[in-house]
Amino acid sequence: MSNRMKNIVVPLVAVLLGVLVGTIIMIATGYNAGSAFIALWNGAFGEIYYTGEVIRQVTPYILAGLAVAFAFRTGLFNIGVEGQLIVGWLAAVWVGVAFELPKFIHLPLAVLAAAAAGALWAFIPGLLKAKFKVHEVIVTIMMNYVALHVTNYIIRTVLSEKSDRTEMIAESASLRSPFLEGLTDYSRLHWGILIALVCVFIMWFLLEKTTKGYELRAVGFNQHASDYAGMSVSRNIILSMVISGAFAGLAGAMEALGTFGYAAIKGGFTGVGFDGIAVALLGGNGPIGIIFAALLFGSLKVGALNMPLEAGVPNELVDIIIALIVFFVAASYMIRILIDRISKKGVK
Amino acid sequence: MDYVIEMLNIRKEFPGIVANDNITLQLKPGEIHALLGENGAGKSTLMNVLFGLYQPEKGEIKVKGKPVRITDPNIANDLGIGMVHQHFMLVDRFTVTENIILGKETTKGGKIDIKKAEKEVREISERYGLAVDPQAKISDISVGMQQRVEILKTLYRGAEILIFDEPTAVLTPQEIKELIQIMKTLIQEGKSIILITHKLKEIMEVCDRVTVIRKGVGIGTVNVTETNPNELASLMVGREVTFKTDKTDSTPQEQVLEIQGLNVKDSRGLGVVNNLNLNVRAGEIVGIAGVDGNGQSELIEAITGLRKSESGSIKLNGKEIANMPPRKVTETGVGHIPQDRHKHGLVLDFPIGENMVLQSYYKAPFSNKGVLNFKEIYSKAKKLIKEFDVRTPSEFTLARALSGGNQQKAIIGREIDRNPDLLIAAQPTRGLDVGAIEYIHRRLIEQRDQGKAVLLISFELDEIMNVSDRIAVIYEGEIVAVVDPKQTTEQELGLLMAGSKRKEAGGENHV
Repeated sequence: MSNRMKNIVVPLVAVLLGVLVGTIIMIATGYNAGSAFIALWNGAFGEIYYTGEVIRQVTPYILAGLAVAFAFRTGLFNIGVEGQLIVGWLAAVWVGVAFELPKFIHLPLAVLAAAAAGALWAFIPGLLKAKFKVHEVIVTIMMNYVALHVTNYIIRTVLSEKSDRTEMIAESASLRSPFLEGLTDYSRLHWGILIALVCVFIMWFLLEKTTKGYELRAVGFNQHASDYAGMSVSRNIILSMVISGAFAGLAGAMEALGTFGYAAIKGGFTGVGFDGIAVALLGGNGPIGIIFAALLFGSLKVGALNMPLEAGVPNELVDIIIALIVFFVAASYMIRILIDRISKKGVK
Repeated sequence: MDYVIEMLNIRKEFPGIVANDNITLQLKPGEIHALLGENGAGKSTLMNVLFGLYQPEKGEIKVKGKPVRITDPNIANDLGIGMVHQHFMLVDRFTVTENIILGKETTKGGKIDIKKAEKEVREISERYGLAVDPQAKISDISVGMQQRVEILKTLYRGAEILIFDEPTAVLTPQEIKELIQIMKTLIQEGKSIILITHKLKEIMEVCDRVTVIRKGVGIGTVNVTETNPNELASLMVGREVTFKTDKTDSTPQEQVLEIQGLNVKDSRGLGVVNNLNLNVRAGEIVGIAGVDGNGQSELIEAITGLRKSESGSIKLNGKEIANMPPRKVTETGVGHIPQDRHKHGLVLDFPIGENMVLQSYYKAPFSNKGVLNFKEIYSKAKKLIKEFDVRTPSEFTLARALSGGNQQKAIIGREIDRNPDLLIAAQPTRGLDVGAIEYIHRRLIEQRDQGKAVLLISFELDEIMNVSDRIAVIYEGEIVAVVDPKQTTEQELGLLMAGSKRKEAGGENHV
């Protein structure tokens, strides 16, 4: 089997194994696995409304996945996507409530503000890594907590009067679309999915086709050789984090300007940023893979909500299945050996 | 008992290639038996078959006359076969003893009996004259010492037959001498040795017999006393090989590189290049001879902009380049074949084609307004691959998949093709086989003949003597002498490298 084929088959096998083990767990705990999966499917694709919701959920997943994957491709592990997403969310809402502008200025401004906030949030760990060799994993984890509590503070004291949420953003900054909502039986589907798909293209083009991308990839693989070739390693590390953070910030903008239209005090993390790690991992850090992985996780997340209603199965089980899929992807080495054995026997 | 080990008509296939075909190797007790072949000839495969890592498709292995099936390394160990790997398998943070007993710990009541182990290690070390401190940490001892720990590891496990995989590749000349002494002691103590190598000098010096393989096929076994390096080389490569590189006298032109009073510190802040003066002119090859660690690496890094110089001047064609960023230095006209091709020379996970434009990707025609032009990149790569005889399935193959010699040819092609005024070649033939070495030397001389200035840094005296037009000896960061290769001897160079200063009167003194 060629390597390319393997890169497609391995995640598929991982998903199947995740579902399989999930089934075993359901049976062992006395639930009807068959009806649970039917409920899951119906909850994601049974009605056009649910499908709209799935696409809405997929949107930030794609962007968060891109953020993780971009950093990863350049040799960095950005665990801070969650924090960058939160500050992006806040920045978009801030611009959305603070100004009254024509839509063609206001909306792009709010989107860009989110990207800039995410980029800035990622710039700090990038700078620390480049200048002082502080490991980005440590700093980004820390920055996640800073983001969570600082945004909560700003929402409470600056953007509202001791309330636990902001006002709604102005219509001129919204990504909402009555057309898309109408098309999907009044789901919260919004124009953000187009932004996400454009970003997929941008990531691919930037990394694979440009001289900057060449540098970023070279630095990711071998800093010494990049140095030898006259590239600035520290500048590329910072740039990589900044671009990654911008994608994460955009993921926040999707929630801010599309799904919710406001920012609320958060008791904990949204989880989207962390799920982005799983999306990137399952998608093999490639643009197309990320779209499919985001689609899978999006439909699992949305479909799960239907499981308690229709099949009486707690939707936490879907979290278990997602965790199992991530486990099997992480253990893909095992799957690769398995595939090698099977295909060898096939030849003989 | 005629032979301790017999590998008879071994054949090992991998998908698409036959790595070993009909190879026979018979090891007599108490002999040092060389296994000679070019890189990729199948030496390691054959030894991995013996060590139980691969199963042969055909053939038979006998140990002390009895047929055996070695299906994993533990069986090889039990049969008394031990391997001293080229890339050491040691835990840096463990002590010598801890490394040696790893996997074979003697315990007392559930605890490792380190005292007893240390005593045993010390005993073996003394018996074979290894002089290893059992309590030293691996990270604190030299590469040569680490290799002895590898040897101890096999002895501790009761090895009777030791396989040395390219043991001298990582050693300094002094360490090589010591290793050869150790091998002789081992033989006296009744061990037998298989020495995997492509260095003919070593074979002539220590081995009793030599088995040659070429492109996976066994060519035959000869007694060392009945052969000579030339014959061995042609057996190995399959054609006549000249050792003396043919070249005409140099006709040096104008100054290209001019270094004056250069001082450079190493990463720990110690001055390792001290008030160094050196000139290289167009149309000549200046070789820098010296023992590793006398400031050679830091000197190159200072010239190429990879390391800051503290003071002094480095001029290229009259232009000051000291402390310029690497890209500026490259653009000013310096080509650099780096000492460590994996670390600096290549991005191993890039296709070989993308590696060919590592310094020029941002220039036309390889890119336009920040967008890469892959058609141009790969057609350039294709041209270089052909011109420099880089053996690779295609220009899209990852650099990692190429053999060392071909990786080096790719780097040399890239650097020469950029047409620099000064070409710095740091250990350009390290770890390469005779055929590749010959090729690279020819290319360097060709550059000289085209009027380039070439600065060659090497720890191999043969290479320095053969290729250079002038030899500058470096000792403790200073050029202590400049000599004419035609008028010097290895002995004299050796003395100079060891620090016995000689300042000769006349024009040769000032370089």
